[in-house]
Amino acid sequence: MARYVLGRIGQAVLVLWAAYTLTFAILYLLPSDPMELQLAAAGVQPDSLSAEQVAAIKHQFGLDQPIWLQYWHHLAGLLRGDFGTSLTQQVPVSQLLADRIGPTLLLSVSAATVALVLGSALAYLATFTRLTFLTRLPALGASFPQFFVALFLIQFFSFQLGWFPATGGLVMPVITIAVLASSVLAQVLIRSFEETLSQPYVTTARAKGLSRSAVHLRHAFRNAALPAMTILGVIVGLTVTSSIVVETVFTREGIGKLAQEAVLSQDVPVVLAVVTVAAAVFVLVNLVVDLLYPLLDPRISHTRPAAASVASVEGVAL
Amino acid sequence: MTATIAEPVDVDVAPPLVRPGSRWIPLVRRPLFLIAAFYVVFVLASAFWPKLFTSYGPIDTDPGSVALAPSLDHLFGTDIYGRDLWTRVLYGSPLTIKATLIALGIAVVAGLALGIVSGFFGSITDSILMRFVDVLLAIPGLLLALSIVTALGYGTIPVAVAVGVGIVPGFARTTRAEVLRVKTLPYVEAARAGGASWTRVLLRHILPNSWGPVAVLAVLDAGVAIIAIASLSFLGFGAAPPAAEWGTLIADGRNYLVTSWWLSLLPGLFVALLVLSLNHISKTLQELTR
Repeated sequence: MARYVLGRIGQAVLVLWAAYTLTFAILYLLPSDPMELQLAAAGVQPDSLSAEQVAAIKHQFGLDQPIWLQYWHHLAGLLRGDFGTSLTQQVPVSQLLADRIGPTLLLSVSAATVALVLGSALAYLATFTRLTFLTRLPALGASFPQFFVALFLIQFFSFQLGWFPATGGLVMPVITIAVLASSVLAQVLIRSFEETLSQPYVTTARAKGLSRSAVHLRHAFRNAALPAMTILGVIVGLTVTSSIVVETVFTREGIGKLAQEAVLSQDVPVVLAVVTVAAAVFVLVNLVVDLLYPLLDPRISHTRPAAASVASVEGVAL
Repeated sequence: MTATIAEPVDVDVAPPLVRPGSRWIPLVRRPLFLIAAFYVVFVLASAFWPKLFTSYGPIDTDPGSVALAPSLDHLFGTDIYGRDLWTRVLYGSPLTIKATLIALGIAVVAGLALGIVSGFFGSITDSILMRFVDVLLAIPGLLLALSIVTALGYGTIPVAVAVGVGIVPGFARTTRAEVLRVKTLPYVEAARAGGASWTRVLLRHILPNSWGPVAVLAVLDAGVAIIAIASLSFLGFGAAPPAAEWGTLIADGRNYLVTSWWLSLLPGLFVALLVLSLNHISKTLQELTR
């Protein structure tokens, strides 16, 4: 058990490190010159600078060093919680993150909670009532682009009805994200539910005289919810990535909007930091789910957790 | 496969022969599927021949008809320069569809290659490639796309590449699972026993038989790609003006939401219906191939 837990944690750390390295490679190795990106970000024309000035700026940002040394410095800084300095705002990236993580955290947690409740309720109702309309609803919800949902909500609830403010509120951003996240969850749950209901023990329970609702609630739902737990990481990941579009539309000063601004101004260290944090959240949630899974489902043994994860790392026991 | 194996021993018990082409009949009986397919074909056609569906030009301004609500003359209304929005959406189609095709192309080629090599060779190759896929999956899709866009710059092509790379891991996994499944089937063993080389088995037997679920996923991913591409151009990373991708149109219209709701909501609905249609087609195909 202890060996499995340690191995799983080690693997999560490894995946996170690899994800960081990959993002670093994309941002620093691709054709664009980080130097020019940074000058452009600072609003300086590269031609207007002398060779000495360019060299001085390169030195200031450490860009005159070989790429592996830069990578090493970044990684060493990361381990100390130092994400480097923002190119456009001249403040430590960690401070930017700290300033803006609050709204995103609130948004993500609320949206994930609402999505869990809505998604489960919808899946339960759809399977219990067997209404085609309800079973198809999740596919519908997952098809609408989030910017469309967000703009529709603003138009309808802010401008037509005047219920919520168009910017700054929490309700509409949460609904926007929850529409997608609960649809994804409900799709998985409905499938899992239908599989569970075809199991012999469900027939047995019905044959013994239990009502349909009792079978659904007490037997099927709990067993069906377990496999769906593995997409919890995907759901949380969705709420984080959704924050980019949603915070931009609703002008919410969170990490998502920070990411959008950073890409617009090509602020490479900020982009790297946001991607790393998001990947860390995703990896962490998957880790927790994988570790909790055997506790919730005794049929999965600690030594053979291969079935435990869809979204995260496959074949843990390999 | 040619029918050279053996004659049915007892003709009376054999199930009725399936006529060639009859597998498509269930599709025609599904009105929703037909509507979805019709809409996708219409959007594709409008991308190639936009003039067929509109009599206006995409940059024809008309000071006399500024910010008009939707009507029969202007299906989607007009924008603040008096340009016909329906026309602008249609002329925006080629950009987004080009981006979608590039993204899908990357995903299919790279995903198929990764999945086939991984599933076919197994052992260490499989482990290394799948760990790489795991790492790609650990970075949430849109953020991976954002870092690629940061590195490559803005425009239709960088956005397409970014979105394509994001779809690769899912594709690789599905292909690998299919290859692994098909690899153990008796006919592969039979082909090997019959003296076919592994390359031949791969190309003639495994690949064609793994194609079904991969094709279903490709249609589904077309919808995913369209949303991602529209989202990225909505965020401002798409083609530079005056070219107008769907996402850019919607983002521009957002500034006039209070007075002219149609400027962002109708192009948004246009995109949403396309994604919905693609998802429905993918789902129907999945049900039929099951």
